[in-house]
Amino acid sequence: MKLRDVAHSRSGDKGAIVNVSLIAFDPRHYASLVRHVTAARVKDHFAAMATGEVVRYELPLIGALNFVVHGIVGGGVTRTLALDAHGKSLSSALLEIEIPDDEWSR
Amino acid sequence: MKTIRIGCGAGFSGDRIEPAVELAQKGELDYLVFECLAERTIALAQQARVRDPDGGYDPMLVARIEAVLEECRKRGTTIISNMGAANPNAAGDAVRSVARRLGISGIRVATVTGDDVRGLIGTADFVVMETGAPVRELGDRLVAANAYIGAEPILEALSDGADVVITGRAADPSLFVAPLAHEHGWGMDDWAAVGRATLVGHLLECAGQITGGYFADPGRKDVGGLDALGFPLAEVPERGPVVVTKVQGSGGAVTPATCKEQLLYEIHDPAAYITPDTVADFTGVRIEQAGANRVAIDGATGRRRPDTLKVSLACRDGFVGEGQISYAGSGAVDRARLAAEIVVQRLKRARLRPVEVRCDLIGMNSLHGSGVGHSTRPYEVRLRVAARTSSLADAQAVANEVESLYTNGPAGGGGATRSAREILSLVSTLIPRELVQCRVRAEVV
Repeated sequence: MKLRDVAHSRSGDKGAIVNVSLIAFDPRHYASLVRHVTAARVKDHFAAMATGEVVRYELPLIGALNFVVHGIVGGGVTRTLALDAHGKSLSSALLEIEIPDDEWSR
Repeated sequence: MKTIRIGCGAGFSGDRIEPAVELAQKGELDYLVFECLAERTIALAQQARVRDPDGGYDPMLVARIEAVLEECRKRGTTIISNMGAANPNAAGDAVRSVARRLGISGIRVATVTGDDVRGLIGTADFVVMETGAPVRELGDRLVAANAYIGAEPILEALSDGADVVITGRAADPSLFVAPLAHEHGWGMDDWAAVGRATLVGHLLECAGQITGGYFADPGRKDVGGLDALGFPLAEVPERGPVVVTKVQGSGGAVTPATCKEQLLYEIHDPAAYITPDTVADFTGVRIEQAGANRVAIDGATGRRRPDTLKVSLACRDGFVGEGQISYAGSGAVDRARLAAEIVVQRLKRARLRPVEVRCDLIGMNSLHGSGVGHSTRPYEVRLRVAARTSSLADAQAVANEVESLYTNGPAGGGGATRSAREILSLVSTLIPRELVQCRVRAEVV
């Protein structure tokens, strides 16, 4: 299974910092997201795209996590030579993270 | 209890106009806000103003105002926008010209200036936040310095009876905070109320991004009627939950899911969303469905505003040359890779020495490198070569090397495109808010 099966995401940029949200389709899955999708896991997953730290913020009331990804390779929206200078597509990269098949049934 | 209806008719400079017209006609709005300024937009506008002293405002301002002014006038809807960009006063003149052309009289058009702080940025020891270097060192590379101003001058214009308020670099949420504070009589030091109004602004400011735009993912997140996507409006009572909705019959969807995505869009610490008006706290926000395409949102608050204002600094930062060409069929990827190698070698041979070169295979690794996903070999692939150079001529030469792969590269290359442009990089600094003096000017047509 992938995160895409249980959650949705949107990313936005502020210069060389990009935030990527992760929102459970079913709020009951929030605790499992907290357990599986750590800041370290996301940092590792984004290693080719960002070199800085990843900070995770928790929003239990809406069943969401917010990842702030520092050090986007290439310097962010106005400097980077990257095709997706804003990092808008990082949300789709996050949702590719593999998760165990169990614990997501209702 | 008094409830204010406020809509958003644009989420960026190039946004679509039809949904704004629909909002003006059917939204029963008290306020229609157009948010049209990104960091780079204002830098480009500053350059446009250098070329034409009467220019430098949003290129779509006249078209937008023409499309909604009569309807707004008829219904008593006040228009607020940062479409003034680098030249709010000229934008105000343009709005008044539109009114005269449409035969509309008696409307008060106010402009807010003071965000352009280029004149004072070199006078003290300000520091670039991203690098720690003095702002002064940017020298003549600096093309624009605009402070994010808050709701107060807009509020002043509204208290003065403005029907249209045009600003430059006002912070996006402030365009919404001002009318809500004006209508509900909130003091700008009522941090909880300002924090709540800031959330309304934050949710609406990207227009279609909360009504189902930037959301659809067929099979998982289906959205109906995207071709007729409606723009959002909020019903904001003095206290209690705010309802986000859209015009009945318009396309798209307002659901808890669309609202959650937008709540966190471009947010870092949700407990400290810093604007010129407040440090908003969204951690207590609750989001609930309240009918078809109606979502109730409650629980935002705010703390005391910062003593400094953020200033966006735009600097000339070299040039980028870029070219693309496509290959198809078996061996397409190998040919595209060979083409990339050829271009890189030719740039060396020509002693072009670009500062940085990047080669992507679109369809394989252009967005996320080879780190994510397991790409099988695609049937077709598009080579993209982009290089940063110190002159426009070099940038053009890079683009030329890609285009000339037609006759000088691997077999079957097609669909080449090329571009070369100057780049403006953006950094920021903080300045004491008392240094930024805003001025409101109003004229009745």
